[in-house]
Amino acid sequence: MVRKVKSGNLFHGISGLKNLLSRCYIGLIVLFLYAPILVLIVLSFNRSRSRVTWGGFTLEWYGQLFSNRQIMDALVTTLVLAFLSALIATVIGVLAALGIHAMRQRNYQIMMIFTNIPILNADIVTGISLMLWFVHFMPLGFGSVLIAHITFNIPYVILSVMPKIRQMNVSLYEAARDLGANAVYGFFRVILPQLLSGIVSGFFMAFTMSMDDFVITYFTKGAGVSTLSTMIYGEIRKGIKPEMYALSTIIFVTMFLILLAVNYWPEKKPAVREEQRF
Amino acid sequence: MKKKIVSVITMGVLILSVALSGAGCAKKKAENGSLTIFNYGEYMDPDVIRQFTEETGIEIKYEEALTPEEMYTKYKSGAISYDLLCTTDYMLQRLIQEDELQKIDIGNMEYIGNIGEKYWELAKAVDPENSYTVPYFWGTMGILYDTTKTNGPVDSWEVLFNGDYAGEIVMQNSMRDTYMLALKYLGYSLNSNDEGEMREAQELLIRQKPDVQAYLVDEARDEVVAGNAAMAVVYSGEAYLGNQYNENLAYVIPKEGSNVWLDGWVITKSCDNIEAAQQFLDFLCREDIAMKNFEYIYYSTPNEAVINALSEEDRQNEALVPSDHATDNCEVSMQLSPEANDLMNELWKEFKAD
Repeated sequence: MVRKVKSGNLFHGISGLKNLLSRCYIGLIVLFLYAPILVLIVLSFNRSRSRVTWGGFTLEWYGQLFSNRQIMDALVTTLVLAFLSALIATVIGVLAALGIHAMRQRNYQIMMIFTNIPILNADIVTGISLMLWFVHFMPLGFGSVLIAHITFNIPYVILSVMPKIRQMNVSLYEAARDLGANAVYGFFRVILPQLLSGIVSGFFMAFTMSMDDFVITYFTKGAGVSTLSTMIYGEIRKGIKPEMYALSTIIFVTMFLILLAVNYWPEKKPAVREEQRF
Repeated sequence: MKKKIVSVITMGVLILSVALSGAGCAKKKAENGSLTIFNYGEYMDPDVIRQFTEETGIEIKYEEALTPEEMYTKYKSGAISYDLLCTTDYMLQRLIQEDELQKIDIGNMEYIGNIGEKYWELAKAVDPENSYTVPYFWGTMGILYDTTKTNGPVDSWEVLFNGDYAGEIVMQNSMRDTYMLALKYLGYSLNSNDEGEMREAQELLIRQKPDVQAYLVDEARDEVVAGNAAMAVVYSGEAYLGNQYNENLAYVIPKEGSNVWLDGWVITKSCDNIEAAQQFLDFLCREDIAMKNFEYIYYSTPNEAVINALSEEDRQNEALVPSDHATDNCEVSMQLSPEANDLMNELWKEFKAD
């Protein structure tokens, strides 16, 4: 009994030390990940245009950001592009995933390999090959960038929907059909709801990928079309303008809030059910 | 049944995507045609483009690049057919040599007289007959220094080599710029193809190395602005900005001479609307437009109408309006002979590895 307590204390000491070390480790990782973003946020409030001198607090850059037509145009292009490409890729991706799932083992495996290739392929290869392809068929412009983005977005949708399809209970759909639902009704009322979480995460994944992309956009865009990433690239030569710090801060804060919302939302649901039960 | 529905939906999606992409690339037909312009990033006031379209009805598709090499590659790939390019001296020279350009009818341009004689002379280094290039902006390389940290005059490359400011010097991390200033300090041409002269420059740079705090590119200016270094070798445009952040900074073009660069506009061979292209170039030379661009970019302008309209203080600023005697010994950098280029690469590698 006594010995047990002793060894418990010893363990407690070691695990305390381990705890401390792991906290330091996590602290360092978080610091390395977020310190640059913090610097960027601080710079967005800096009155001086320089990166190294602090000229006092200002909201000037936020004001200028919204009156800068170039940046606003690029932002709108980026968002429209991300939304459209994610939406279309989601529709195509979900249908493709259902189709691939219905295939026989061999074809299924072959198709999944084809799905993985665009993800593992270097962006620059995808970008240049798409550009070479487009040049023969259409003028480079918004349309070509959209098609390119849909192309690289589809695999992400398929990969996030596929596990949900495998988990899906097919008997439910069959039961719905037996009870008189037609195929369309059954698809929308029984199959889609079961896949919904996969579809949503696939959509957001595609949306983010499209917003993030520089290389493929750079090669497939036509003159006069610019997204945030290609615009910032053009700015490098003369130094990035503080308006971009402001915009990046807004994007970061928005994503942060969305993440918080997403993470705290589902936790409430079981609690509500619990209450209902009693 | 299920198959049928899936195929119907697939068809719908395909039609939708084709329709959307069609709408996306449907061109707004401009009444007077359109121009595709390729320029460096942040190198023209966006208002200027808007104003040109308003005044002439010519639509402009505007594209930006970071380096001359990138422009060259994108232009040569032919994916987008550009009408007008703005690029830097040695790339202008290369495009002219490769017969990629069309002659500009300079005599017929209304505002071309605003470009000073001095700048046409500069442009002759790459375009000997002044028939392909309209000068846009230009600048020099020199020393940006903190007047509170230097004693005695800074007017020569010597301050970098005499050890007075050991540990306080920031050099450019770029091969051509580094050898340029060493060659100039030794009294040679910066376009020297001579092995002996290059080796002499190499020796000088190796001896200087312990005194150098860092070899940087874009951050060179910031180091002096922040007070981490007493002086840095920078381009004049950077120097002007540095001066805006920290008023103790000054810029000098060393008396031994330095590198002067020039950016100019050219009309490509693929341009089929030459009249509109010339109209645009003329527009850029107009005083109010050149002034807008100057106030957006703050590099030295070759437009004398703009220079005359500047404040006395700006006209005295060596980083904005270099005086004639300061640029007397300056040279435009040209392509080196292939052997000299290889040798310089070799020396630079040795120098950096050392």
